[in-house]
Amino acid sequence: MAEASSSSKSLRSPIARARGLGSAHEGVHHWWTQRLTALALIPLGIWFVASVVCLAGADHAAITQWLGAPFTLVALSLTLIAAFYHAVLGLQVVIEDYIHTKAVKLTLIILIQFAAFAFTAAGIIALLMTAFAG
Amino acid sequence: MAGHPRPLSPHLQVYRPQLTSFTSIMHRLTGIGLAVGLLYLVCWLVAAASGLDAFDRLQSFNGSIIGKLLLLGWSIAFFYHLLNGIRHLAWDAGWGFELPAAYKTGYAVLIGTALLTILAWVIGYYQMGAF
Repeated sequence: MAEASSSSKSLRSPIARARGLGSAHEGVHHWWTQRLTALALIPLGIWFVASVVCLAGADHAAITQWLGAPFTLVALSLTLIAAFYHAVLGLQVVIEDYIHTKAVKLTLIILIQFAAFAFTAAGIIALLMTAFAG
Repeated sequence: MAGHPRPLSPHLQVYRPQLTSFTSIMHRLTGIGLAVGLLYLVCWLVAAASGLDAFDRLQSFNGSIIGKLLLLGWSIAFFYHLLNGIRHLAWDAGWGFELPAAYKTGYAVLIGTALLTILAWVIGYYQMGAF
């Protein structure tokens, strides 16, 4: 059915349909990774916020002990990676929606990507330093 | 923009706000807020790694009025974006698109955000020995 109607009505060429990249020429990669990171952030985000709430009022020693624990090191690193990735994808759409000057748009998208990489790295390195300081 | 301002959609002056549009706009706003919160989280991790002085300075800012308001805002934004994000994932799976369902889940997100935020702060203050 789909083939019969597409051959007569669709404006999209058969090769374009086969590639499946759509009008943005990127396919569903952006959409899909945003959902994947969202899914990962459900347990990671709940774990992180619950942990921080339970640590309310704790002193430096108690917090660095928690930050330096192997599970925290792994889980919080994953949280940072997923959260910054998710944030870049989301902010990119906001920029694309409201900034229409191509140079400004591209500059802002590049800036948030660089910033996200830098902050993710800084966060993970800080965690490693806390874990291996003692 | 090349000199031709395009009309805004939705046309803000004549568009009647609805629960569905409100929750959609709030998802985007809380997302932007949480991105800023992520930067602050990394600052907190760096402060914790660099020693007692830097960490205590950041923690005392967290305890100030402005700090507490920021943390309150980020906790509301987190729970809202989490719950409404799950609502979006359900939509992606094809569930809950009917208008009555979209309204029901929209109210559930708002009530859930309020309850989880209150719960988090009550537990937090309990941890600090407030009661």
